[in-house]
Formats: sequence, structure tokens, C-alpha cells
Amino acid sequence: MRWLITALLVALAGSGLAQFTPRNPECIAPAGAGGGWDFTCRSVAQVMLDLKLIPQPMKVTNVTGGGGGVAYANVVTQRNNDPNLIVAASPATTVRLAQGQYSRFTERDVRWLGAIAADFGLVAVKADAPWRTMQELVASWKADPAKIAVGGGSAVGGQDHMKVLLLGRAAGIEPRNIKYVPFDGGGEALTSLLGGFIQVFAGDASELRAQVQAGTVRVLGVMAPRRLEGVYANIPTLRELGYNVEWVVWRGFYAPKNMPTEAYEFWVRALRQVERSPEWARVREQNALGKFSMLGAEFQVFIDRQVNQFRSLSRELGIIR
Amino acid sequence: MDILQALLNGFGVALAPVNLLLVLLGCLVGTLIGVLPGIGPISGVALLVPLTFALKLPPESALILLAGIYYGAMYGGSTTSILLNIPGETSSVVTAIDGHKLAKQGKAGPALAMAAWGSFIAGTLSVLGLMTLGPLLAQWAIRFGPAEYFALMVFGFSTLSALAGKNLFKALAATGFGLMLATVGQDPQSGIARYTFGVMQLEDGMDFLVVAIGLFAVSEVLVFLEEKAPGAVQAQVGRIYLSLRDFLSSLGTILRSSVIGFLIGILPGAGASIASFVAYTTEKRLLGPKARLGEGDLRGVAAPESANNAAAGGALIPLLTLGLPGSGTTAIMLGALMSLGVTPGPQMFQTHPQVVWGLIASMYVGNAVLLLLNLPLVGLFVRLLSVPAWFLIPAVLAISLIGVYAVNNNPFDLLLMAVFGLVGYLMRKLDFPLAPVLLGLVLGYLMEINLRRAMTISNGDIGYLFSSPIAIALWLLAGLSLLSPLIIARIGKRGLGNEEV
Repeated sequence: MRWLITALLVALAGSGLAQFTPRNPECIAPAGAGGGWDFTCRSVAQVMLDLKLIPQPMKVTNVTGGGGGVAYANVVTQRNNDPNLIVAASPATTVRLAQGQYSRFTERDVRWLGAIAADFGLVAVKADAPWRTMQELVASWKADPAKIAVGGGSAVGGQDHMKVLLLGRAAGIEPRNIKYVPFDGGGEALTSLLGGFIQVFAGDASELRAQVQAGTVRVLGVMAPRRLEGVYANIPTLRELGYNVEWVVWRGFYAPKNMPTEAYEFWVRALRQVERSPEWARVREQNALGKFSMLGAEFQVFIDRQVNQFRSLSRELGIIR
Repeated sequence: MDILQALLNGFGVALAPVNLLLVLLGCLVGTLIGVLPGIGPISGVALLVPLTFALKLPPESALILLAGIYYGAMYGGSTTSILLNIPGETSSVVTAIDGHKLAKQGKAGPALAMAAWGSFIAGTLSVLGLMTLGPLLAQWAIRFGPAEYFALMVFGFSTLSALAGKNLFKALAATGFGLMLATVGQDPQSGIARYTFGVMQLEDGMDFLVVAIGLFAVSEVLVFLEEKAPGAVQAQVGRIYLSLRDFLSSLGTILRSSVIGFLIGILPGAGASIASFVAYTTEKRLLGPKARLGEGDLRGVAAPESANNAAAGGALIPLLTLGLPGSGTTAIMLGALMSLGVTPGPQMFQTHPQVVWGLIASMYVGNAVLLLLNLPLVGLFVRLLSVPAWFLIPAVLAISLIGVYAVNNNPFDLLLMAVFGLVGYLMRKLDFPLAPVLLGLVLGYLMEINLRRAMTISNGDIGYLFSSPIAIALWLLAGLSLLSPLIIARIGKRGLGNEEV
């Protein structure tokens, strides 16, 4: 009798572990409709439903404010043990955490689930610019930093600015002398590049596909660990060129800190299945995203390291004290 | 001849049953989004993008649907502005000034019809412009750098007195308040939070829609509560039809505002709201004091409504010809097109003619559909005014609140809206005009960021602001606009003097 109960309990526990299914699953995009986080939520929600990983459609909620900080605070303070919630994230999240922009909250206040795709940083000039290679650009840049205005789609201290500063540091240009011009999004920065108002554009590979195909810009280098595919196949990585700079714009998720373990494991498993599916490969391809997979405990370590790295970098580059 | 042939092929695409249905759907959804305050075209388009994927629509059909929502929203935005003094879209704030006064005079019907006709003519003209001058005008978008934008914003401010009403100083104070609001949030140049008092929700700055609904709609309810005594002037049903004479006297305004709206719409970052402000203030200047703009003149409705529709067509030019998104909405459309395997850019007219020409043809159809849809709705909407105001105004306010909350899920927005409602109420009581606050807010941010971009690029050389022909032309226009009231006043006085003799 006793062994029967024990067996039943074990079976129940086991099945509970294996069979957590979310009820009314929800994905929070911590910014408005149409942005990168919104895309991450909506595309993953669609693929999870297509693969029947979730029993009903995942609701996508846009929570705006504070560059994702409002959603972060909301999750930590009000939904800290919700098993049905995942939240879209990217290096924009870790940069802000590192710079202390999410008020008192840190990267330890949530549980990091994983990243399943990535965009990569790049540096481009106008097609008729005098610089044919990164080395040529760096030479003029070093000679007179005041003559080169670099534009990007983020504010000072944001991702595009960090890319420029990292490149400058690797090339031996004093960060203080770098002229960075912030724009409202990559599209405006790009318009300014084509108009000749800025000389260099720092952005992401997915933003520039149309212009590269049209031949209106010249990409001097990508900030990826290895060469990208498609229209970027012939563009060298900065590492190849001798500049030790990478900027991986991973697309991933975090979850509430006190989410039950079986729920956490469910979401990690579901994301892994999404990442390996041909449906996801198609989404990546349509949106010019590269392959990137880092899930569960490994991702947690990755985030810890990245936030620390960004923190010391921001301090070193004079963005925070 | 080439264009005609291409357009004919385009109509072949646009008139295919599926695409015709999608134009209808897009225009209908767009009108609805426009009518409902709180939900803008950007959220409407973003929410329907997944639908185009789910329905496995070909790229031309997807674009036809999304564009329909975009320009359809411009039609609907005027409705609540005119009837209730609650702007349905950010680009219809100016419409409320004359539109609602007309409604109070029992001319809501003609005002709504004027908005529909102005939108139709401007929309059609801007498609014509897109079709014939698109690639040429794309260069215009690129020529606008920080110095040119700064000069454009100065020009915008130089027309301010047109919004002033009776007291210029009160208008200046209201604009100053708007400028102050524009500085709240993360400083784009240094990344440091300004005037947020540690409130994270303020870091993204003041949302134009939240401020507009608070100032106009919430304060409208407060004023109504106070004046509910019988005898208070309420908007009335009155006349429904627009007379031919009124239409003809507004035709010049419609045509001029279409050109202004189209040119400003092409500029990335400027957009329909600025276009409607500039068109209205320019008309007020041009028509002089004889026209009663600001007190309830149909031309005060025709100008902003024509301009915002023309701007929607203009905004498609950098998207289609250069692959550059000029606004949030067109950025989403670009993303959707790329996902469907179409890369907008200089060769798109050659590589995907069915997409470009299909879209252009569908916009001719769509504008006609919107006119046919909106004119009969005028009668219906005007009858809304016979619903008792104690029910109608709070109901519309509730819908706006739900709209804003549903889009951002940020309860702080609602609080902020309430605060601006109180501010708006006090301003009304003290006879301060409300529209200049929004002008300051929308122009102030662009003015600051572009001045600072210009200074960074030029290493602090102020001469950079006057270094291009476009910038110089805009400075001259600004100067002319500042001086014109003096000149007009002098001429007017002389004219009056002669009459007395």
C-alpha cells in the first residue's frame, strides 16, 4: 500500500514536472508596437503556436516606458512568480541594467531564459565616400577626429554609441574626441548619411539590407564573430581586420524571478524547440537575423558576464561614473 | 506614356477582387482608428502586420492593406475633433480649433463634409505627386539635414501668432509651457534624464497623444460638468450639407495645404502633425483677418485635414524610392515588406512594379472609397450630437482612456492625462489657448535635437545653420512670416482709411 502511494506521488510529481502547460501565456514587449522587442514577442508567439508548444495563442502585451524599465519594474514587483509570462529582451536591456537606468533593479531580479537569434552591428559609409576600407577610414579618423561625424539610431550611451566607442578604442582614438550624433532610430541616421550630413553610420545588419542591395552605402565591417550571409557575405568582420570588436544584438527573453522551476524548464525547452525548427529559420531569414542559441543556465552566466562587461565599459568610456 | 501603361497595370492589380476587398478593409479599419481617440495609425498598422502574414498575402496586397489603414486614419481623425473638441489623431489637433466652433454654430455637417472633401482632394493629389515626382522628390528628403530641420522648426514657430487668438502673450506663455514639456525625458544628446524626478515613466518624454487627450478631452469634460446648466452653448446638429459656395471658397486652401502637407510629409521625422500646423498657420496668414480662421471658418478645417492626408502620401516617397522609413508607421511597413521578400529602394519601381503601381492605383481607389464611406457617415456622426452631451462626452473620454491604455499598458499615462486635464481646465478658465502647448511640444523636441546635432557636426559653428540654400530659404520664410502681420495690418489700415473717405 505504502509503495503504491509513494509510486503514485512520484508519478504525479514526475508528470507535474513534465506536463507543465502554460495557461493564457503572455509575452511582454517592453516597448511600443513595431519595435524589435515587439517583433521578438510576436514572431516567437506565432512559431510556438505553429509548433503546438503552447495550447492556446500567446497574448502579446506592449508595456512602454523607460526604455523597458517600466516593464522590468512591473515584472519584478508585481508578477514575480507568474509561471505564464515571458518578456522580450536584447542588449538594450543589459546596457541599461549595466548603466543603472532601471532604477534600483539589477540583472539578478529576474530569471534569464535564453536567446534564439541575433542581429550584428556594422559600420558603413556612403557609397561615394572616399574611404574604401576600414583601415582608410581609421587613418582619416585618427588624423582629425573632429572631421568625422558618426551617427546612429540610439542616444548617447546606447547600443549604437557603444559600438562606435568600442571601435574607436580598438583603433586607438580617444573616446572623448569621437563625434557621435544621436538620431531617432536607424532610419533617420541612414537618411542623414545619404544626405552627407554625417560621414559614418553605426547600426545593425538588419537595418541596412535595402541600402546594401541598392548599392547606396558601403559597409566597411561587421561586428560579428564570423562573416554574415547573403548580401553581407563579402564584408569582413572587424576581428579579421584586426579590431577586437564584436556587437551581438541577441534576441531573447527573461522570466519572473520566482517562476516555478517546472515552468522555467518548460519555457527553456520550448525556446530550444523554436530555435531548432525550420519555421524559425524562415523567420530569421526573412528578417535578416543570424543564428544564435544560448539557453537556460548558460544564458544566465552569459548575462551576468555581459552586464559586468558593459558596466566596466560604460565607466571606462565615461558614460557612467 | 510609360507611366500610363504602368498605372494601367497597377489598376489591374488594385482592382483584383482580393485587393479591392483589402482596400475596403484597410480604409474601414483606418477610419475607425482615426475616429477613436487614443489609437493611432502606428498601432493599427503594427497590429495588422501579423494578419497579413497569417493570411499569406502577396506583398502588393499586404502593402495595399497597410497603406489603406495609414491614410484612412487621416480621414477619420477629424470627426471627434469637430464634434467634441477631442482630437482623434495627433494630426487633427488643429482641426479642433475651427472645427468645434463650427459645430457649436450648428455647422458640424458642413465641417465634416469639408474634412472629407479636403482629404479626398489632397489624398488624390498626393498620389499623383507620388506617381509623377516620387523619385525626383526623394532627393528632397535627403537634402534635409539638421540645419534645415532647425530652420523649418523656426519657421513653424514664426507662424505661432496665427494660433494666438486674442492675446499674443498668453499664446507665448502657452508655447513656452509646451517647450518646457518637450525637455522632459532622457536628453538625447547626453543620455541623462531631465526633469523626470526619478520617475521612470517620464524618461521617454511626454507622449503627444497623452498630453493632447488630457488637455483637450479631459478638460472638455471638466468644463462641461461646470456648465451643464441649461443654456450653455452646445454643439448642435444643424445643417448637414456642404454648400457649393463654401466648397469653392475653400478650394484654394485645399490646394495650397495639399502642397505644403505633401512636401512636409516627405521629410523623415516631420510628419502629418507638423504639416497640419504649418498649413493652418500659413492659411491664416495668407487669408488675413477677413477670413475668420480661429472663430469657426470652414477653411480652418480644410487646411489641416488636406495637409495631413497629403502628408501620408508624401511619407510613402522615401519608403518606396529609397527604402528609408520617415515615420514610425512607414518603418513598420518597411519591416513587413522586407519580411515578404520585397526590398524597397531605388530599383523597386523596376523589380517589383506590381507592388509599387498596385499600391499607387489602390490609393486612387482608396481615396474614392473613403470619400464615399465618409460622406454618408457625416449624417450619422452629426446625429451623434443629439445624444445628450452628459452621456456622449464621458463615453468618448472613456473610449480614449481605454485606447491609450490598451496600446501602452502603462497606467502612468492615465494619471498624466488626468493631470493635463486639470492643467487644460485651468488654462481654459484663464483664457489661455491650448493648441500652442502642443505646437511647443511637437516642434520643441525636433528643434532642440536638430540644433544640437548641427552643433556637434559643425564643431559649434553657428554659421552651419545658414549654410545651405534650403536653410536660407526657410530662414527668409520665417522672417517674412514674422513680419507679415505688421505688413498686412498696415495695408488693412490704409484700405480702411480709403473706405472712410
